[in-house]
Amino acid sequence: MQLQLPKSATGIQGLDELTGGGVPQGRPTLVCGGAGCGKTLLSMEFLIHGAIRFGEPGVFMAFEETVADLTQNVASLGFDLDDLVARRLLALDFVRIDRDALAQSGEYDLEGLFVRLGHAIDRIGAKRVVLDTIEALFSGLPNTAILRAELRRLFSWLKERGVTAVITGERGSEPGALTRQGLEEYVSDCVIVLDHRVIDMVSSRRLRVVKYRGSTHGTNEYPFLIDETGISVLPITSVGLQYQASVERVPSGVVGLDAMLGGAGYFRGSSVLVSGTAGTGKSSLAAHFAAGTCRRGERVMYFAFEESASQIMRNMGSIGIELAPWVESGLLEFHAARPTLSGLEMHLATMLKEIVRFDPQVVIVDPLNSFVTVGNENDVKMMLVRLVDALKLKQITGLFTSLTLGGGALEQTDIAISSLIDTWLLVRDMESGGERNRGLYILKSRGMPHSNQIREFSLTRQGIELRDAYIGPAGVLTGSARLAQEAQELAVQLRREQEILRKQDELSSKRAAMEAHVVAIRAEFAAQEVAALAQIDQAQLSEQLLTQDRRDMAQSRMVEAA
Amino acid sequence: MNDIAGFAVAPDAWALQLYVAGQTPRSLRAVANIQRLCAGQLKGRYRLEVIDLYQQPQLAQGDQIVAVPALIKRLPDPLRMVIGDMSDAERVLHGLDLLSE
Repeated sequence: MQLQLPKSATGIQGLDELTGGGVPQGRPTLVCGGAGCGKTLLSMEFLIHGAIRFGEPGVFMAFEETVADLTQNVASLGFDLDDLVARRLLALDFVRIDRDALAQSGEYDLEGLFVRLGHAIDRIGAKRVVLDTIEALFSGLPNTAILRAELRRLFSWLKERGVTAVITGERGSEPGALTRQGLEEYVSDCVIVLDHRVIDMVSSRRLRVVKYRGSTHGTNEYPFLIDETGISVLPITSVGLQYQASVERVPSGVVGLDAMLGGAGYFRGSSVLVSGTAGTGKSSLAAHFAAGTCRRGERVMYFAFEESASQIMRNMGSIGIELAPWVESGLLEFHAARPTLSGLEMHLATMLKEIVRFDPQVVIVDPLNSFVTVGNENDVKMMLVRLVDALKLKQITGLFTSLTLGGGALEQTDIAISSLIDTWLLVRDMESGGERNRGLYILKSRGMPHSNQIREFSLTRQGIELRDAYIGPAGVLTGSARLAQEAQELAVQLRREQEILRKQDELSSKRAAMEAHVVAIRAEFAAQEVAALAQIDQAQLSEQLLTQDRRDMAQSRMVEAA
Repeated sequence: MNDIAGFAVAPDAWALQLYVAGQTPRSLRAVANIQRLCAGQLKGRYRLEVIDLYQQPQLAQGDQIVAVPALIKRLPDPLRMVIGDMSDAERVLHGLDLLSE
């Protein structure tokens, strides 16, 4: 049997996941980071969730914010601290030290703080304690040597009391120092570092478990969000290639396309990339898929990064795809945001959070590469890996559109993410004969037989229609060229049919002529036959007569000779 | 230690509270030190209350006690606090505004 370190759940989405259950129970945890990184909120949530969800009352000792400020700050997240205090689930204490009105004369200790904290713990039977930010004592009280010794004593005292404590600390300015006063020296069981950076004017928050004695934990930096529901951490890099591959198929929403995809559509839980140049109908394919999915009663989450929800609905309405009813019935949810609104991590975090909440069967990201404006290509790829993994884990089919720029090879821009994609559709415009027409082909589709044909597709009032491809000497024929080709083939066919008819006529008249000829010959023969027979008769008669004559003559000679 | 702010005050004008935590040697030292100091400098003009936080822990929060021993000057205004065992009389007097620079 494996001995498991007892842990106290923080109740913060994702944090418990990556720490394997929470912070060490009955021991202090250090949460440090720069100003405004969210450490106060994290520690407050630890107490609130503990009080409400885990039946563990908590004491919050604030050294920087007044009780009124704290109450107001978390009220915006829907937590009513006054109520928790009234129900004796929470005790708040603001420690204020007025340095100007304070003098030191001789040795002192922090027993006053111990008594104060101990009293609060005893009063409500607290199991959790937060000290935020205890380093403020260093600026309030003289003699750091005493303070250091007393803090060391405080942390072992907290352990003795058996309370699960979160101590926050301000990140030090020296490189390598987690906190200004080196609190990490005292609190060695669990250290969590929060970070709030702004890169290219885009901010992102990250969390990292630097140390967790006696426990495995995720060591990466994890993005986290602070929104109207509080903190949520997304331990997304923890997902790997463990997901189940489904054999179930989901129709693409376009009949002709399903036929190209082995006759059944995409695999459930697969990732589909639709890439192409501007205006080739990528969003239309996505909308078809969305509408088709909703029609089956499944949920779709549509992340739009270039158009607003209403604009998408209007545009799709013009080609006969009505999305509004699905939005109203709650099967379809749009999330439209500018990619530049926040960092990649934040986008990913928001998306995953929404996905967890809505639990859709299909997720559409349109378009994916708007993010290139935010992060570099590598970051975008990393993000997509995480997103694809997360979707696959939940058996969600993901459809991503990607805008490729004209000029370069169509496949090239997306090469970085190609390996993540199961089915890759390429839509391209084909210019010929003064026209621009759309063509679609399947670049790859893992695990299914698929068409190798380039198919022309047109956007009609009834949606996308796929047409048969015409391959001419100059390649695939589309648009008018295709129509001309169709007309030409029709003419050729007509001519051929007329030719056959003519030949048939010719044949039958030849036969008639032949037969007439036969009749004539026969008649002639008959006539000749009659004549010949008459001649034969005549000849035979003459022969007889001649023979008779001869006989008569002989007879007469014998008579003469005798 | 001779220039006491010389203003006329009522006998009870000085209200002092000394917070200690238990009967530790440091607590006892602080009590003795402050009693001696007051007897010398504020004779008949002060009231000193010694509070043991172990007995009345609920007072710590309201009076913002962190470090002990802590001497609080309630009256006259402004409020002042001196922490430590009060072994440095000059600093105590300074802290209580009893000694000008």
